[in-house]
Amino acid sequence: MAVQALDAARLPVDWAKLVQKLALATALFVVAYGVVPAYASGYLVEAILLPFLALSLAAVGLNLLTGYCGQLSLGSSAFMAVGAFGAYNFNLRVEGLPLAVTMILAGISAAGFGVVFGLPSLRLRGFYLAVSTLAAQFFGQWALTKFGWFSNDNPSGVISAPHLAVAGLSLDSATGRYLLSVTTVMVLTALVWRLVNSATGRNFIAVRDNETAARVIGVPVLRTKLLAFAISSFIIGIAGVLWAFTYLRTVEPAGFNLDRSFQILFIIIIGGLASIRGAFLGAAFIVVLPLFLSRLGAFLFGGLFDSGVLDMSQRIVLGALIIIFLIAEPSGLSALFDRLKRRIGSRSS
Amino acid sequence: MSYYDFLFVIEVLVGGLLSGVMYSLVAIGFVLIYKTSGVLNFAQGSMVLFAALTFVSLVERGIPFALSLLITFAVMVALGFTIERTVLRPLVNRSPMTLFMATLGLSYIIEGAAQLIWGTQVHGLDLGIDDTPFEVGGILISSFDLLAAAIAAAMVAGLSAFFYWTRIGLAFRAVADDQFAALAVGLRLPRIWGTVWTAAGFVALVAGLLWGARLGVQFSLSLIVLKALPVLVLGGFDSILGAIVGGLIIGASEKLAEVYLGPFVGGGIEGWFAYALALVVLLVRPSGLFGQKTVERV
Repeated sequence: MAVQALDAARLPVDWAKLVQKLALATALFVVAYGVVPAYASGYLVEAILLPFLALSLAAVGLNLLTGYCGQLSLGSSAFMAVGAFGAYNFNLRVEGLPLAVTMILAGISAAGFGVVFGLPSLRLRGFYLAVSTLAAQFFGQWALTKFGWFSNDNPSGVISAPHLAVAGLSLDSATGRYLLSVTTVMVLTALVWRLVNSATGRNFIAVRDNETAARVIGVPVLRTKLLAFAISSFIIGIAGVLWAFTYLRTVEPAGFNLDRSFQILFIIIIGGLASIRGAFLGAAFIVVLPLFLSRLGAFLFGGLFDSGVLDMSQRIVLGALIIIFLIAEPSGLSALFDRLKRRIGSRSS
Repeated sequence: MSYYDFLFVIEVLVGGLLSGVMYSLVAIGFVLIYKTSGVLNFAQGSMVLFAALTFVSLVERGIPFALSLLITFAVMVALGFTIERTVLRPLVNRSPMTLFMATLGLSYIIEGAAQLIWGTQVHGLDLGIDDTPFEVGGILISSFDLLAAAIAAAMVAGLSAFFYWTRIGLAFRAVADDQFAALAVGLRLPRIWGTVWTAAGFVALVAGLLWGARLGVQFSLSLIVLKALPVLVLGGFDSILGAIVGGLIIGASEKLAEVYLGPFVGGGIEGWFAYALALVVLLVRPSGLFGQKTVERV
């Protein structure tokens, strides 16, 4: 297969780059497991890092489907909901199930749900598919609200996070939840990174760039699309577990609404389509933006800037940013970051 | 089935068909833009909200009905041309998906701006239409729905006449047919797109007034975009006829399903039933009932 032939042609190893990458990875580990748990305040962890990690993971998942495989999905938050409610039920109904297994099973449920709603992608393209993913959104939300079984017959469909523990160690504190979150995100991101650099990842890109051409050169288009839906939903489902269990702790189906789906889509547009780093940059941006705007608004307009005005101006700023990014920098923050790095690099050398 | 059961089915059916017309009304705005510029304009719903909110706020400030209507229309014209200038023109020749995402951003801006300017409270809108149901052969029909259907029909007739018998309508059709050919014969795309967005703004205004009179003018008005999408998918994105037939089918089957299927699954299925129906049709006809088949080349 033409795509796989690339694997054979190994490029010569660039040692300087490799050392640089290793240093970067070590620094990341030190910050994630050393600096943050030791020094970060409760507020930073609870209000910024936990939503950031969950949204980043969801964005990585959506990016796989939309950025790499080119299938626009507007149903991400339904996949998150399936993951969250799935984990809740597995934990509730199976005695003593380890947390890791619960999360994987939740991811598999979300993947199943994703494949069912990905089936139309075999026949549909573009907008028709995007609209059909909305069906997943509305159906999922409806089913989770309507059937009490999913929320253990809670009258308003609310679920609360169970006691979180790994190997007897409690992770219920803010730091514990952070460690759970950051480890999950790192492991899954590493796997996704491997995937997009593999033959399957290149198949995704081939399907995105020209479906007909991909078919002609022998890419199994239908299988590739369904695989993209399955893996992406798996990851988004686990992101949903993180969102529900580590960040919010109590969620209702209405929390996973269309706005959340759009939010995740906006993260990958702003961060950069088909870029894993972009998902993180975009998520950081989306999480920090409202905090920044409320500070700025309070500074400029004082008491006039109430929460209603904040909400509206946030919508306007977000919408404008989407358009500006699409026009001026379609590759998002990720490309801006690269350009900045190059400029600094050329100045120092 | 007794005679009364039969009458009840007919009543539900007629009610559904009439509410389907209201869906079509929103869907037509999408079709206009999709046909001429290949953009699925997600912001159509927020344009409906914006138009209705502007109109109702003007009326509440004591400006006469007709003048408010005129001012609102002028605002929609300005909006249409601003969108063409600031969003569409810089994105020319980009993929349809990019344009779609841009309209998502646009809908956030318009929704935010509309409510920032006019406030978030719910406004009642009284068009002076009497909404007492009347009886025809044992079936109750809402006179408001009937009037809305008449207005929709008049609008479709007007639009069709505009498309077929005016110069600019001819230009619209040329652009819809082949953008590059239209450019080559000297049609000015920017002006045409501006005009199309204005026309869509006009449709949004009409839809906003009718839906606003129904539900009250408030944020949820922009969510009717979600009602219009399955209609579009069912009928095909680029067919006005499709939007109408799709609206009728969805309206009627939604109401029938709610009455006859709803009790079995616990009700509340109107949120997704239309989508499920549209999906089933799509699996048979991937471009909708009346949509154009796409031919792909490598």
